[in-house]
Amino acid sequence: MKRTIITVVGKDTVGIIAKVCTYLAQNGVNILDISQTIVQGFFNMMMIVDTGNVKSFENLSHELEQIGEEIGVVIKCQNEEIFDRMHRI
Amino acid sequence: MINLYEVRETNQMIEQDNLDVRTITLGISLLDCIDADLERLNQKIYDKITRVAKDLVKTGKAIERDYGIPIVNKRISVTPIALVGEAACKTPEDYVTIARTLDRAAKEVGVNFIGGFSALVSKGMTKGEENLIRSIPEALAKTDRVCSSVNVGSTKTGINMDAVRLMGEMVVKTAEYTKEQDSLGCAKLVVFCNAPDDNPFMAGAFHGVTEADAVINVGVSGPGVVKHALTKVRGESFEVLCETIKKTAFKVTRVGQLVAQEASKRLGIPFGIVDLSLAPTPAIGDSVAEILEEIGLERCGAPGTTAALALLNDQVKKGGVMASSYVGGLSGAFIPVSEDQGMIDAVKAGALTLEKLEAMTCVCSVGLDMIAVPGDTKPSTIAGIIADEMAIGMINQKTTAVRLIPVIGKGVGEMVEFGGLLGYAPIMPVNQFSCEAFVSRKGRIPAPIHSFKN
Repeated sequence: MKRTIITVVGKDTVGIIAKVCTYLAQNGVNILDISQTIVQGFFNMMMIVDTGNVKSFENLSHELEQIGEEIGVVIKCQNEEIFDRMHRI
Repeated sequence: MINLYEVRETNQMIEQDNLDVRTITLGISLLDCIDADLERLNQKIYDKITRVAKDLVKTGKAIERDYGIPIVNKRISVTPIALVGEAACKTPEDYVTIARTLDRAAKEVGVNFIGGFSALVSKGMTKGEENLIRSIPEALAKTDRVCSSVNVGSTKTGINMDAVRLMGEMVVKTAEYTKEQDSLGCAKLVVFCNAPDDNPFMAGAFHGVTEADAVINVGVSGPGVVKHALTKVRGESFEVLCETIKKTAFKVTRVGQLVAQEASKRLGIPFGIVDLSLAPTPAIGDSVAEILEEIGLERCGAPGTTAALALLNDQVKKGGVMASSYVGGLSGAFIPVSEDQGMIDAVKAGALTLEKLEAMTCVCSVGLDMIAVPGDTKPSTIAGIIADEMAIGMINQKTTAVRLIPVIGKGVGEMVEFGGLLGYAPIMPVNQFSCEAFVSRKGRIPAPIHSFKN
């Protein structure tokens, strides 16, 4: 298992989660956890996913970025370790 | 499990507060390249650097992508060239050929700077070391990416005043050789006392002889992150202030440690140290001076600046030390003038002088850094300023350095533009009284009494 954090930030609109989840399902990425909130009118979502079956992390990251651009939000993929290291001893 | 709040905090640091890893520096030993034939020596140096560092930039970029953290610079440091070249180089011009080789190798592997055109002469100079020092002006004028440093003193040996005097001359000569570019050569030249063997930051990085064949050292940054954290504790006690800096430094350094370990693993090169430094850039909000102002000073340079900086430097170390398994290099807050918007503004406002900067260097890393002075400043005056700074390092058992830029053709109050991370600076006035008779004395200043600890 390789845990990756996907964050989606931007103006709330219909179908953000649907679009991202569809893409992930098509690419064999299992979603382990989703949390979502609205901060100062902005949609904030975080997914913890397993990218262990993904061939190219670079492609995944790039394609999700493009989907983000299409729906007007910013989508980032990051290895979970950076958050673990910073916030856990 | 990581929660949304924590993820947002990290990403806000990266996106809004300029959190980055400032440099991955690959140290490469060139001791095995030593040869009495200059041509063969140059070839061996080129071959070794391009072989060991061939994947450095690619790997750095892959780590950036995987973790979403910018790694601003990928750089190389090498064994001090005075040692490597001594057998082959009979003249300063011979050393210039090595500088050109380093430049060519740096361009081939795609790093933006290569450090180690250096000599360690804290007690005395060999003929080869003197030749290297005399070759610095031409070497820096004829190359783009080579950085040079000279260690002229240490707590253990005292200060080599012959080398200090020579460096005063070489700084001015380097300025003249690069006068068409606002004396940019001097931005790539550092004079040290107690220079560390494992410093990843330019222009003073070199791969010390105490080091292994190759090693990965990482320099972290994050003045913007500290400043942002401090905006939330305005008016609170020193206890709260210090705790906030420590916690922030811990988080920043953990990212550096992660990047260092990952780079080491992917490149198959041992991890050396993380340098816990607050390294500013000219970008808005990425300033050490602004942290000091956030602590409570109207401008950096006001009374209280040295105390605030001492506090900041100490808390950064306390927070950072626990976050990394090996800490080294310079580790502390940097106070360059041209690379820090808050410092530039403080100089322009008349709040910050050369003398106050000197006082500040007593309590932080590293020294008088990226300070533009009038182009007609005498070599003996530059040597005097170097000697003062070296004395602070020698007596306080710390690293100090001088990177002054006498800008040929410009005077006090004029601006000088270096571009990129090197920034821009107003030219600062220098004390006009002479120290000629002092720096003309031959020999060295003896080691201080507290160096005899055996």
